Amino acid sequence: MKVLVPVKRVIDYNVKVRVKADGSGVDLANVKMSMNPFDEIAVEEAIRLKEKGAAEEVVVVSIGVKQAQETLRTALAMGADRAILVVAADDVHQDIEPLAVAKILKAVIDEEQPGLVLAGKQAIDNDMNATGQMLSALLGWSQATFASKLEIEGDSASVTREVDGGLQTIKVKMPCVVTVDLRLNEPRYASLPNIMKAKKKPLDEKTAADLGVDVTPRLTVVKTTEPEGRKAGIKVESVDELIKKLKDEAGVI
Amino acid sequence: MPVYIAPTKDMQFLLHDVLRVTESDVAGYADIDRDMTGAILDEAGKLATDVLAPLNLSGDQEGCRLENGVVTTPKGFKEAFEALKEGGWNGLDLPEEFGGQNLPYVMGTAVGEIFVSANMAFNMYQGLTHGAISALLAHGSQGQKETYLPKMVSLDWTGTMNLTEPHCGTDLGQIRTKAEPQDDGSYLITGQKIFISAGDHDLADNVIHLVLAKAPGGGEGTKGISLFVVPKFLVNEDGSLGDRNALSVGKIEEKMGIHANATCVMNYDGAKGWLVGELHKGMRNMFTMMNEARMGVGLQGYAVAEAAYQNALAYAKDRLQGRDVTGAKEPDKAADPIIVHPDVRRMLMDQKSFVEGARAFTFWGASLIDRAHRAGDKDADGLVSLMTPVIKGFLTDKGFEGAVQAQQVWGGHGYIEEGGMSQFARDARIAMIYEGANGIQALDLVGRKLAADGGKHVMAFFEMVKAECKAHDGDERMKGFTDPLKAASKQLQAAGMFFMQNGMKNPNAALAGSYDFMHLMGHVCLGLMWTRMAKAAHAALDAGASDRDFYEAKLATGRYYMARQLPACAMHLARIESGADPVMALDAEAF
Ligand SMILES: Cc1cc2nc3c(=O)[nH]c(=O)nc-3n(C[C@H](O)[C@H](O)[C@H](O)COP(=O)(O)OP(=O)(O)OC[C@H]3O[C@@H](n4cnc5c(N)ncnc54)[C@H](O)[C@@H]3O)c2cc1C
Ligand SMILES: Cc1cc2nc3c(=O)[nH]c(=O)nc-3n(C[C@H](O)[C@H](O)[C@H](O)COP(=O)(O)OP(=O)(O)OC[C@H]3O[C@@H](n4cnc5c(N)ncnc54)[C@H](O)[C@@H]3O)c2cc1C
Repeated sequence: MKVLVPVKRVIDYNVKVRVKADGSGVDLANVKMSMNPFDEIAVEEAIRLKEKGAAEEVVVVSIGVKQAQETLRTALAMGADRAILVVAADDVHQDIEPLAVAKILKAVIDEEQPGLVLAGKQAIDNDMNATGQMLSALLGWSQATFASKLEIEGDSASVTREVDGGLQTIKVKMPCVVTVDLRLNEPRYASLPNIMKAKKKPLDEKTAADLGVDVTPRLTVVKTTEPEGRKAGIKVESVDELIKKLKDEAGVI
Repeated sequence: MPVYIAPTKDMQFLLHDVLRVTESDVAGYADIDRDMTGAILDEAGKLATDVLAPLNLSGDQEGCRLENGVVTTPKGFKEAFEALKEGGWNGLDLPEEFGGQNLPYVMGTAVGEIFVSANMAFNMYQGLTHGAISALLAHGSQGQKETYLPKMVSLDWTGTMNLTEPHCGTDLGQIRTKAEPQDDGSYLITGQKIFISAGDHDLADNVIHLVLAKAPGGGEGTKGISLFVVPKFLVNEDGSLGDRNALSVGKIEEKMGIHANATCVMNYDGAKGWLVGELHKGMRNMFTMMNEARMGVGLQGYAVAEAAYQNALAYAKDRLQGRDVTGAKEPDKAADPIIVHPDVRRMLMDQKSFVEGARAFTFWGASLIDRAHRAGDKDADGLVSLMTPVIKGFLTDKGFEGAVQAQQVWGGHGYIEEGGMSQFARDARIAMIYEGANGIQALDLVGRKLAADGGKHVMAFFEMVKAECKAHDGDERMKGFTDPLKAASKQLQAAGMFFMQNGMKNPNAALAGSYDFMHLMGHVCLGLMWTRMAKAAHAALDAGASDRDFYEAKLATGRYYMARQLPACAMHLARIESGADPVMALDAEAF
């Protein structure tokens, strides 16, 4: 089985995000970028499937600016076999929307014919949480989202999902799209020898146009603002007062 | 808890804009392109930030323990060492035949800085191993290499260096540990070594000690000293571990800093050892690795200062105290962040301009080592030998100063252990002492290195500075760099002149000024580095680089160093020219 893992290049989770002065988005010029943490988990899971003998090949795909090849190299250094870069933007500030990404992935999948797509549940930059679901619809494949455990059982997969209030285990038919959650695994660090080897692994480059996908945005960003700073707290005198405030002011009970 | 993020961007700037490594003809340099070095530094940085740095403060607080002859390292060290091992990081610049990656030393230096900044005490378990590997590579027999190196490169086993004894550290001619030859060609080692870093621990299956000892027939002083390899567990023919050797840890020292690194008293009671290299040539063999070992300690000096600086900066942006005298910056808050105050800026700029200059200096030194080793360039070897005591002495003095200044930015909280700023100062302190106390570095510089090969290398250095200044003649933008550099270089030459004219008659005239000379030369070297960095920054800006802020900041930081630090050169020269009299005026009894 071939496993395909889409990986996105996003602002590094350690970087303090700054909103651009004109409010059109987040400043990405010259800030450190890394692989989306959820995608790292997906890559890790794919590599583990290969190590267990459940998969033969791990192919990673990134869509965006040319610099995303660094992200692909990271995935190759972790243990993926092959990478495909789909250049779809010149400007680091241009985000490719989930539907366009899903369409591009579908085109790649039509060529590659993987048995499983493992994706992050969302990217930490815009938190859309939509690509995996859209992709499964476009492909007509089954989907399992928010996976915290994955077991391949012949032509089906057993997936434990993190849902509100607990865990749910479902069985889906393969091929399928699985989006992964935080607790699925702890991604490995790439070893130095593997970083060196990654340089020699194949990295194909295509463009969105090659795949016939129009990436023109369909959404309009109206405004971007910093989240409101945390306000100073207050001390309450009694439990009664606390309950009253939670009821009347906060409206949470 | 203190934080640490690897300064990979600055490192990339040095490797590719300043040193321009891929254009070099030194073997292996063409392969370390921007993508490759970026991938390596990023991954090392991740390990440093996520795994090593979080154990720095806890390791300091917990320290090492010796119970029933067994040394235990702090919580989490085993797992972190495992991660380091699995990453294959120790083999970075070591030969492929023993499991390494054979990357240039300059890359080993960059990655080394990251690991030291994150956790100096932890890094020493690896650092000492790396040093012992270098010794075996340079002087070991083929059999010794095959027995020890693969396991040491992989960090399954670690190494140590045993020089110091209770009565001698600097003056190793006094060594008493003896080696008695046996019929089977081995030796029995007997004696006591003290202050042995990473002497024992629970991170690896075996510890390979390299021990200086005296074998019969070598004569007095350093001439009689030989180098021996003495494993904690003897190694069987098939490579498996055999009997425990007759050596033990007497105690572990309680000390000012690097608490998480076990500093051991090592007792050798007829332990089995094997000669490394030629008999009675132990000191000479040690010298061949000195440049790397001392550069490694110089690196510790500024690497700890970098970590301290990062936390000083974060604090300065956060701590609200006093108002900006030119007008409130955050009027809706009780006060402005202290970074608005000129005196806090002074402290931050001192640290920043030192650390970035020191990094450039060390990377340059490492590239000279590559040139010497990989291209057989004798001049590069001579030049780096000249620079080594400056890198060791100057960078560790200033690194400690930086760590203290970072502590100062934290005010009273810097003095409290909880915040971790005190640890940086305590850890940085040792680098001024071991691997040749800094006074000995100054002695080596003035007494040995200046005159080496007829003074050829120091002359070459003066020419290099002159050529750098000349290259920017008439470039107004560079005047803020070349004018101070020219002046400082003249002062350095005048100091050298003074030694030549007075040192012959009275050696004390040179020795009394040696420490100032080391600092004077350190400033000239950093001035040269800043000039080169300024050149590279201008070139990048002229070429329309997108991250202008980075290059503009580089230039401003360099201008600060030239304006605020290079004036110290005049002071050092004045002290040197005052000769031996003020220093030696009092008889020892008169103190
Ligand atoms: C934490 C720690 C770890 C260490 N790790 C190791 C290790 O792994 N292996 C190892 O072998 N050793 C190690 N050492 C020992 C260290 O290298 C020595 O302490 C150092 O070389 C100084 O020797 P000393 O302590 O005997 O000082 P001394 O030699 O007694 O020197 C005392 C002072 O006198 C000055 N001085 C001495 N001779 C001269 C001279 N001729 N001219 C001018 N000034 C002079 C020195 O500069 C110094 O300031 C370690 C020490 C410490 C504290
Ligand atoms: C061991 C110890 C004992 C102490 N004992 C006592 C005691 O007995 N009684 C008591 O009341 N206090 C005591 N203190 C507190 C001590 O006096 C304060 O820590 C000290 O005054 C600094 O204040 P701070 O820690 O708030 O630092 P901050 O005021 O936050 O200063 C942080 C840094 O910013 C700089 N800075 C701040 N404002 C300005 C400005 N306007 N311009 C330029 N630079 C500025 C400072 O120079 C410093 O480097 C003690 C502290 C310690 C650590």
